[in-house]
Amino acid sequence: MCRLALKTALEPFSPYEVLTAMEAMQEGYDGSGLGLLLRGLNFEDYKYDSKHPVLSGIAHSEAALQRLNTIMSQRGYELKYDHEFETHPAMVEAKDRYRYFVRVYKLPAAFDGLSTEEIEDELMLTRLFLRANGEENGNDLTAFSFWPDVAMIKEVGWPLEIGNALTLHDNRITSRVCMAQGRQNTNYGINLYACHPFFIQGIATMTNGENTAFVPIRDWLLGKHYPGYMGYQSDSEVFAHILHYTLKQLKLPLQAYKHIITPLKNAELDKHPQGVFLKGLRDACRRLIIDGPNAVIGTLPDETCLLVMDHKKMRPATVGGRDGAWAIASEMCGVAAMIPDRDPSLDFQPMREHTIIVPPDRKELTIWSQLDPYPLAQVA
Amino acid sequence: MVSARSVSVGPSSLSYTDLPWIIQHREDRCTLCGRCTAVCPKEAIYLAYRRQRMPKLDVLKKTRGNEYRTFVGIRQKTNMANTCIGCSMCSMVCPNEAIMPVPNTNEHRTLFFHNQKGQPQTRGGRRNVSGPNLLDRIMFDRISMLTDPALDAGRHEFNLTTTLGRTLPPEEFLKRQREGGWIPPTREIFPFVIGSMSFGALSPNMWLGLLQGVAYCNEVLGIPVVMCTGEGGCPPWILKSPYLKYIVLQIASGYFGWDEIIRAIPDMQCDPAAIEIKYGQGAKPGDGGLLMWFKVSKLIARLRGVPEGVDLPSPPVHQTLYSIEESVMKMIQTMSTAFGHKVPVYPKISASTSAKSVLNNLVRNPYAGGLLIDGIDGGTGAAYNISMDATGHPIASNVRECYLDLVAQGKQNEIPIFAAGGIGKNGNVTQNGMALIMLGASGVHIGKYIMQSVAGCLGNEKSRCNVCNVGICPKGITSQNPKLYRRLDPDLVAERVSEVFMSISTEAKKIMAPLGRSQSLPVGMSDALGISDKDAAERLGIKYVC
Repeated sequence: MCRLALKTALEPFSPYEVLTAMEAMQEGYDGSGLGLLLRGLNFEDYKYDSKHPVLSGIAHSEAALQRLNTIMSQRGYELKYDHEFETHPAMVEAKDRYRYFVRVYKLPAAFDGLSTEEIEDELMLTRLFLRANGEENGNDLTAFSFWPDVAMIKEVGWPLEIGNALTLHDNRITSRVCMAQGRQNTNYGINLYACHPFFIQGIATMTNGENTAFVPIRDWLLGKHYPGYMGYQSDSEVFAHILHYTLKQLKLPLQAYKHIITPLKNAELDKHPQGVFLKGLRDACRRLIIDGPNAVIGTLPDETCLLVMDHKKMRPATVGGRDGAWAIASEMCGVAAMIPDRDPSLDFQPMREHTIIVPPDRKELTIWSQLDPYPLAQVA
Repeated sequence: MVSARSVSVGPSSLSYTDLPWIIQHREDRCTLCGRCTAVCPKEAIYLAYRRQRMPKLDVLKKTRGNEYRTFVGIRQKTNMANTCIGCSMCSMVCPNEAIMPVPNTNEHRTLFFHNQKGQPQTRGGRRNVSGPNLLDRIMFDRISMLTDPALDAGRHEFNLTTTLGRTLPPEEFLKRQREGGWIPPTREIFPFVIGSMSFGALSPNMWLGLLQGVAYCNEVLGIPVVMCTGEGGCPPWILKSPYLKYIVLQIASGYFGWDEIIRAIPDMQCDPAAIEIKYGQGAKPGDGGLLMWFKVSKLIARLRGVPEGVDLPSPPVHQTLYSIEESVMKMIQTMSTAFGHKVPVYPKISASTSAKSVLNNLVRNPYAGGLLIDGIDGGTGAAYNISMDATGHPIASNVRECYLDLVAQGKQNEIPIFAAGGIGKNGNVTQNGMALIMLGASGVHIGKYIMQSVAGCLGNEKSRCNVCNVGICPKGITSQNPKLYRRLDPDLVAERVSEVFMSISTEAKKIMAPLGRSQSLPVGMSDALGISDKDAAERLGIKYVC
């Protein structure tokens, strides 16, 4: 079963802290892989400007790294900083890891006249191009993310050992937000891309439990013919894409996400002040209704963190913390391990109708209920 | 050898062993009450007096002689018009278990004589192919066990409803919401719909029973079942009742009953569930409805606006001045307009290799609210046997193809596909229906299964009974003769309707729970399906399992 840990703090911290916290949740956890997302980056040996996109991935051979360099320069990206992990290859199960890369690039001058949306599309298309290039060459190049202020690492193996293999405890890379998930995909084939968190245009989610409505949701998303809606080596990837679709395509407020993936029941909608609209939204987005015992934990480009449960709430997740630092985990002990100096009596486990938001100021939690009035002004 | 003249044999002469059903009568038990001969819908049996010779030999007197006795018994007629249909009404009414029809296990000869007077066989029922069909063989094999526990069918909340009516793409929905544009009407309904069986095809008691049962399902049990009228119109008292919202009104090429419906619009208390425009039917593709004169009673004649006792064959297609596409488009739009664009309108077609082109036409018609595809195993009240047995297309691959076509266009949520034709043919109604739903149907229509389960229809695919067309239904389900339909108690039919839908609802949960599904109907969840037939698996795009 997947174990999920997210920590967000005003002061950057080492991802190793989160990996250590995951050890607390090791019971009932097969430790078959690690997915790590860092947001709000800070490098010890480089003053990073958070406007510059960061490319994360793995080059499995020298040739792949050279192709990567060629592709990036052909597309006009200028390499500003190349973070070198101090790696201990013997500690990693896989033997074809030539280089884990987290690289800062400068946007091409040609992008100057482009709108934000166009630049965002370019970044996504570049990542997809690199991914496709790797797949065409025997999977020798893996590109996890290419986005400002975001770094990602995915690997097969026990999370803490992967942290040790990459010397993540040396504080050379720290971040204000860290998402970690500790399992490789087990429902479908083992694949580096299948490990959570999933990432698309600055939006990332990770999930525990299986989404049994995966195939109809995947089919519908594929039918949108949007280049980023691809992959689907894991049934949980659709959660990230639905969040992306809600915010970026439909341009709905964050509250709509929960109404789309787990709509209220008819009887509840009949009493809801915006029930007619929400019923229409449910019908229009019916193929995106999720089904499974899931907690969905996500982060957004502005460092907002969120937590929602599926309707059945069979796997409660917990959020807890204090002013300035918050943790969300699939197990209560994970929260305790990440933020020991908090008042545990204020920990919160959301119910089926809740969306938990940790806003970027990280002062206090916001709890939205689907039963509350919906911010209709933004859609009507 | 006796002379040929003393044996009366013609080309169509049949004996008992040539008939599909042979009446077994036990003279030792018979009380000669006459109930069997009175009840037999085919007049297949008659009271016969027979003389029996008792040879008498007195050895001492060396004389020979005969005594005769007369006995009375029930005998079976062997002419085609009166062949036994195996309905067993004789044994049902017999106080002494003295009579019953027995299926002839040998091949029977009547097959070759169904064309008396040059008339090919017409009948009710469905395609005479028995045994498990493809849907029966589909397994739900994706069981949640480890990362996602299976659900508790008895305790979890399940959402079993489906959407009838067109749904806009989310972007368009939000745009119209912002701009105050028209948002097409939809209904949340139970995915098992009572399919179109007309007032005329069904007896008044059957119709009343169904209606009562549907109302009970909705108002007491909370199962939002809807039923479709078929093309015979709808009695005015229903049109003006608050129960109209559970009724899908059908318009077909005969347009029967639509004068009454249009006139009733100003008096309607609520909108109907939907309007179904019938272009085709699975049991007799390319053929119109057929209500034979036997069933055009005074009541039916009034409702349909026709003279009494005449055949009512509907044309195979709707009348059109220009092209069928134009006709479909205009008819859907007209019906939508007639009900103020507040009622979903959808066409019903026969399953066919051309179904995809109809579907793509509808996708581009903003007023079309769905598509119902009726497969070759669909039932009917009256059709030529040849149409029923040989014409049409099975439903499963047709629905699957259409669904995948919508998926490729990203429009599977916009036009719901409903499937019909043979669902529950062997009693596995929920299994058949859920299999079609996972292949991509938003819901299914069931007609024959409903007649069989709620009213005890005796028809089967071995040609038992199947006399719906001539109005002599022994159970009173499809007859317009009060002597026959009074046998059917509408209250008991209504009770059975509620029992059937409660059971389907529980069984649907029992299918969904192990798959880990509860929040929405698993439309298109083809990863849950497997079949032990490689060719079928490949054709349907599901797993081959063995």
